[in-house]
Amino acid sequence: MSILDSKIPEGPLAEKWNKHKADIKVVSPANKRKLEVIVVGTGLGGASAAASLAELGYNVKAFCYQDSPRRAHSISAQGGINAAKNYQNDNDSVFRLFYDTIKGGDYRAREANVYRLAEVSPNIIDQCVAQGVPFGREYGGLLANRSFGGVLVSRTFYARGQTGQQLLLGAYQAMNRQIEKGNVKMYTRHEMLDVVIIDGKARGIIARDLVTGKIKRFGAHAVVVASGGYGNVFFLSTNAMGSNGSAAWQCYKKGAFFANPCFVQIHPTCIPVHGDQQSKLTLMSESLRNDGRVWVPKKKEDAEKLRKGEIGPNDIPEDDRDFYLERRYPSYGNLVPRDVASRAAKERCDAGYGVNAEGKAVFLDFKYSIERLGKDVIKARYGNLFQMYEKITDVDPYKEPMMIYPAIHYTMGGTWVDYNLMTTVPGLYSIGEANFSDHGANRLGASALMQGLADGYFVLPYTIGDYLASEIMVPKADTQAPEFDEAEKAVNQRLEKLYHIKGTKPVDYFHKKLGHIMWDYVGMSRNEEGLKKAIQQIREIREEFWKEVRIPGELDNLNQELEKAGRVADFFDMGELMALDALNRNESCGGHFREESVTDDGEAKRDDDNFTFVSCWEYKGEDQEPVLHKEPLVFENVKLTQRSYK
Amino acid sequence: MADKILKKLNIKVWRQNNAKDKGKFETYTIENISTGSSFLEMLDILNNKLILEGKDPIAFDHDCREGICGTCNLYINGRAHGPDTEVTTCQLHMRKFNDGETITIEPWRSKAFPVIKDLIVDRNAFEKILQAGGFISVNTGGVPDANTIPVAYEDAEESMDAAACIGCGACVAACKNASAMLFVAAKVSHLAKLPQGKIEAKKRARNMIAKMDELGFGGCTNTGACEVECPKSISITNIARLNREYLKARFSE
Repeated sequence: MSILDSKIPEGPLAEKWNKHKADIKVVSPANKRKLEVIVVGTGLGGASAAASLAELGYNVKAFCYQDSPRRAHSISAQGGINAAKNYQNDNDSVFRLFYDTIKGGDYRAREANVYRLAEVSPNIIDQCVAQGVPFGREYGGLLANRSFGGVLVSRTFYARGQTGQQLLLGAYQAMNRQIEKGNVKMYTRHEMLDVVIIDGKARGIIARDLVTGKIKRFGAHAVVVASGGYGNVFFLSTNAMGSNGSAAWQCYKKGAFFANPCFVQIHPTCIPVHGDQQSKLTLMSESLRNDGRVWVPKKKEDAEKLRKGEIGPNDIPEDDRDFYLERRYPSYGNLVPRDVASRAAKERCDAGYGVNAEGKAVFLDFKYSIERLGKDVIKARYGNLFQMYEKITDVDPYKEPMMIYPAIHYTMGGTWVDYNLMTTVPGLYSIGEANFSDHGANRLGASALMQGLADGYFVLPYTIGDYLASEIMVPKADTQAPEFDEAEKAVNQRLEKLYHIKGTKPVDYFHKKLGHIMWDYVGMSRNEEGLKKAIQQIREIREEFWKEVRIPGELDNLNQELEKAGRVADFFDMGELMALDALNRNESCGGHFREESVTDDGEAKRDDDNFTFVSCWEYKGEDQEPVLHKEPLVFENVKLTQRSYK
Repeated sequence: MADKILKKLNIKVWRQNNAKDKGKFETYTIENISTGSSFLEMLDILNNKLILEGKDPIAFDHDCREGICGTCNLYINGRAHGPDTEVTTCQLHMRKFNDGETITIEPWRSKAFPVIKDLIVDRNAFEKILQAGGFISVNTGGVPDANTIPVAYEDAEESMDAAACIGCGACVAACKNASAMLFVAAKVSHLAKLPQGKIEAKKRARNMIAKMDELGFGGCTNTGACEVECPKSISITNIARLNREYLKARFSE
């Protein structure tokens, strides 16, 4: 199938990237000055790409919906970033990082992409240090490392519990330098609402100025979408309130295939939901599982007393605590991958051992590491996380264990891209969480930051040249072209349609309803009946939304409800595609758990004979069923085995 | 510890439809708010109530709701980020308030941060200050191995202390002079404490201070109000370090 040419280079795995770099075209400095690139989103992927492309000489226009590029949600990543530096002399290597990532992703990612990711990972750390990222250090002055789930070596670099913040500030500062030089034109408080295709190529975007409400046109020779994931389909997630999938979704509607939409990561260590007034869930970094032990009571009566508030966790004697991860997975213990830890927590809570009032929480206990290492060491490692936990819950985690429960955190699925990170639309690229390429069915901790920066600093700046080299004679995009007229008209029509419904219910009402459907039927555990029900219910709620939503304020003014409405309208469509994809994939792999596909002891069972492929969905128009294309996954360097962390 | 219900609250809030509008306070009442809810969740609930009443909801900036993105910025009962310490507005919880209380909410007030709508202000001045020099001039690629230059543990820690700034602007809002010195000092210290950043330290301090003055921020008179309200506890010792770097820069001119 020519349309899904992954463009994976020939040759041995370890030589593919170097060979590819030698083969692809390069644009001369004089020609780079004539070329324009649009970058949508300014998280780790977008900011690093915008800075690197501008340094090379391209004219970059960068867009974010926030008031500053520094506020993109990469900033919230806590624990760290992986790199195959082998600084700890623990036999780490590019191959080992590649292998861990492929295995962690449950053999549903492309070998060549993942190997390249591991290969460039050491450069990322070098780059960040040169930019002034204050990574944690040992007393001798060299860089420190910690461990993360699903891994037996220590390869995670960190800046306290704020690694994402510091890496983003590094990329942001590099971009600021280019803004000052005039090579990047930054558009803050602008939201991309459509991509414009001319002669089959991406030539610009339509964006709404969120302050004035004005719809604007922007042209370029290539468009890079770095807009993050779509976890907010679930309403409650660890994503930022504004995080949305709309930019990627407009690309899908304009011909870019959407890959593996059902692959969603549920993070095991989040602060549990309380009551029904909540708008947002808060993550507690996975790094805490290095020093925290996860447990629930062994006795149901103890769990009941905890739920009623009759006893506290410290009243339960040592022998009556069930450290269920250590019990079930002795070799990885508390450091099993996220999907495994999440399901194990759900299993205990469903069996009646949950420890908060709602029965939907387990303990993460630091008592043992405080006894072993002292409070000061724990404070130095996780101080800001403990403070955050206490501010939210009013409980001091130095004295009482944290309560945690799984929550939606990351989407492995995303826009389909080839080895060059280009979508099925020529000139349209997708990087970072927005694409599907590197994490398969489950992402390992500390790998999202690695991928965002790998794509932006070290992959896209090379591969985009291969395309742009053929565009040097193409004049600047004419934003008066009929294609821009048409796209702008469609954007305006949709906004006006939403605004003039003037129904009876606010956007949140619908978003919450969608979230409940998604969590109940397309969440941690899925089955055929539930998925079919989900699709039906999503269609019903979407219909109600388009009749009953009420958007106050003005179209031509700052209007946060209008912004939300557009995003939620897309979330319905995305939710439906996720359910359809989950229904189609009748196997359990990574974060996708189908109840019909389990081993005798209840672990997830992959079906390699029937599902070793990437599901790539093609949009066929409103009210039309999308068409499934399959990109077969070929494994030449690793043997597919059922994952075991026992 | 268990959450209670606040039966009734009066919310007195600044309403201003756009930058040119004069603006005024409006008071709304809201009922049955859990003390376990966050302050912004309370505003979400109030906004949904306003929408159903046919009114325009209150515009306020927020995003990550985890205290790290620096977007949220409310001046609550006369304090930047409200009545708690070491928190952003999104981390403030309703357990800090009493039943029946009137809560006053205003935007950041500073000439350099003009109001866009209601509680949302334009903090682009911070962007311009950082663009003037808040970086290390390295391009992507061609850098040495990360362990080539050891950095003393204490220096890395102090650098990190300053780098923790989230750019929210509470320091400016809390300062009677609307000075941005703590913000500038945090960036200058973060980079000057590392060997990689020392090379441009003087130029950086000079350019950032010049830009800060140009943008209409006030001067620093060492009242320390900024440090008290900083959600990340950035210390004013950073201002002393900034002054040192700035003096060095001036002397070497």
